[in-house]
Amino acid sequence: MSVLVYIEPHKGNIKKTSLEAVSYANKLAELISSNVTALAINISDEGLKAIANAGADKILSVNNESLSATNIKALAEVVNSAIKEENATTIIFAADGTGSSVAPYVAAKQKAGIIAGTIDFPIIDGNKLIVQKNVFSGKATALYSVDTAIKIITLTPNSIQISNTKRSPNVISFAPTFDAANGVVLKSFKIDEDIAKGGIPLADAELVVSGGRGLKGPENWGIVEDLAHALGAATACSRPVADADWRPHHEHVGQTGLAIRPNLYIAIGISGAIQHLAGVNGSKTIVVINNDPEAPFFKNADYGILGDAFKVVPKLTEAIKKLRI
Amino acid sequence: MKILVPISQVPDTTAKISFINNDTTFNNAGVTFIINPYDEWYALVRALELKEAGKAEKVTVIHVGPTENEPTIRKALAIGADDAVRIDGDGDSSFVAGQIADYAQKNDYSLILLGKETISYNSAATAGLVAGFLDWNFVPYATKLDVNGNTISLEQEMDGGVNQLSSPLPLVVSAAKGMALQRIPNMRGIMAARTKPLQVVTPSTDFPVYTKVESYTPAKGRTACVMISEDNIDELVDLLHTKAKVI
Ligand SMILES: Cc1cc2nc3c(=O)[nH]c(=O)nc-3n(C[C@H](O)[C@H](O)[C@H](O)COP(=O)(O)OP(=O)(O)OC[C@H]3O[C@@H](n4cnc5c(N)ncnc54)[C@H](O)[C@@H]3O)c2cc1C
Repeated sequence: MSVLVYIEPHKGNIKKTSLEAVSYANKLAELISSNVTALAINISDEGLKAIANAGADKILSVNNESLSATNIKALAEVVNSAIKEENATTIIFAADGTGSSVAPYVAAKQKAGIIAGTIDFPIIDGNKLIVQKNVFSGKATALYSVDTAIKIITLTPNSIQISNTKRSPNVISFAPTFDAANGVVLKSFKIDEDIAKGGIPLADAELVVSGGRGLKGPENWGIVEDLAHALGAATACSRPVADADWRPHHEHVGQTGLAIRPNLYIAIGISGAIQHLAGVNGSKTIVVINNDPEAPFFKNADYGILGDAFKVVPKLTEAIKKLRI
Repeated sequence: MKILVPISQVPDTTAKISFINNDTTFNNAGVTFIINPYDEWYALVRALELKEAGKAEKVTVIHVGPTENEPTIRKALAIGADDAVRIDGDGDSSFVAGQIADYAQKNDYSLILLGKETISYNSAATAGLVAGFLDWNFVPYATKLDVNGNTISLEQEMDGGVNQLSSPLPLVVSAAKGMALQRIPNMRGIMAARTKPLQVVTPSTDFPVYTKVESYTPAKGRTACVMISEDNIDELVDLLHTKAKVI
């Protein structure tokens, strides 16, 4: 009986969200007096050390280049083998990258109940796990219970702290069989230009600077990017901005875009429509910059500046740079 | 090739979300329901485009839910689906996905195309569960999909870039923004929808409900917003640094 945690292949590196998943597994194992096995797929030695530190008692390390991050079916087969090998009863995935897709695939195979996108540690009630998650796009939370023999939980990025346990687990090389024939094939990967230049992916960013229609046009995004660079933040936008192709679709946050919960969300020239708020109200701190005192976003913010974005944002960038020196 | 498009019913995006029975039940009094936008705008419309291009024979929408949800199914028919199936039951995502997988298998569908997640329960689990029950290939979060004979080519935004993928059929695909553009049903579509076939199927008993919502809590609003003068930006930075401790 153990808690298994899935560490997804990511160009050899370890993602922050994977370490959050290990930390979650570590806490759960403590609560049910079990131990943690990490299933690390194509992870470097340095990555394995980080997994150990976040709280793994044992690591099954799979090294197989033919196991691609785009072949969900094959990845699920590998997880199923690990469940059998470890007699695992709870499996934790980061709700990020391949994790949110491999998890349900495995759940179907294992006849396991799945709760996707938890935001906090579980409560133990006998054989039941009680798990909290966001529902209605952040307009509410729900407590779910699951009592199947095998349980699957995925963890929303940036919901918990990474633990620091200084453990030295056994690393065991694990080579399960899987069928890669007739699978999904990766033809090519084109990196996003912003990311290539050192930009931060939005999904797991701790700081986010977001722009709306108030910025008037794509040519004005320099002030948003400068502020993001000064902070080390990712950039995001409202839906009309993505729809007008001022910014790429993957920056669209809200009820019909990405839902994010960074530590800091700075909204510039965004009115704060209910569908926008739904995707960002999980943020710890919200700052709103808008020249309309009636903008609804001010009612859903922690700090507000009433003023013209074109004047305020460059000043904010300078002030941040001073702090960061 | 026949395409199956599972559709979910969700509260309208502007609906007030509240709960009854000691916060254990969603309060649907006065709530307008819509087709989950990801299912409607992207999955259904792309399936219809493929049929119009002669790349699919038929587009069927499937919904797992009670009789009172039929107006939502009729809307999908008005947008252009050929026919519809309602599985007469309700449950968690494992139950719903199991019913969809079972119907697809028994009725010879080879492409299942649905939205990446619902805007109600936000689990993004149904597509993966369907694929797992069927043991089919699975491409999540696809932003483009085309058909060339028996091969499907796709694009997917992941990890700060775009993956170009290909897969043989059968295949489950979850659709994200970019795959197609919303279509508003016209009068002819709405009239035609009234007489299009809507088959009601008894749920299979092979797929139990595994999870249960014990209670809901409405999201807390924020306490009053602290307004800072634009001439005093340093104060904001200081508050973010020393009080909120986020930078
Ligand atoms: C089904 C459905 C789903 C939706 N999903 C989403 C979603 O996921 N995400 C989303 O964002 N929206 C979504 N929307 C759209 C949403 O309702 C709003 O229309 C949208 O969020 C508005 O975007 P905005 O705030 O950028 O633009 P606007 O509402 O036009 O607001 C612009 C703001 O900029 C301010 N401004 C103007 N000039 C300046 C200046 N010089 N300095 C400072 N401020 C200035 C204005 O005061 C105003 O508040 C959805 C709508 C529907 C119907």
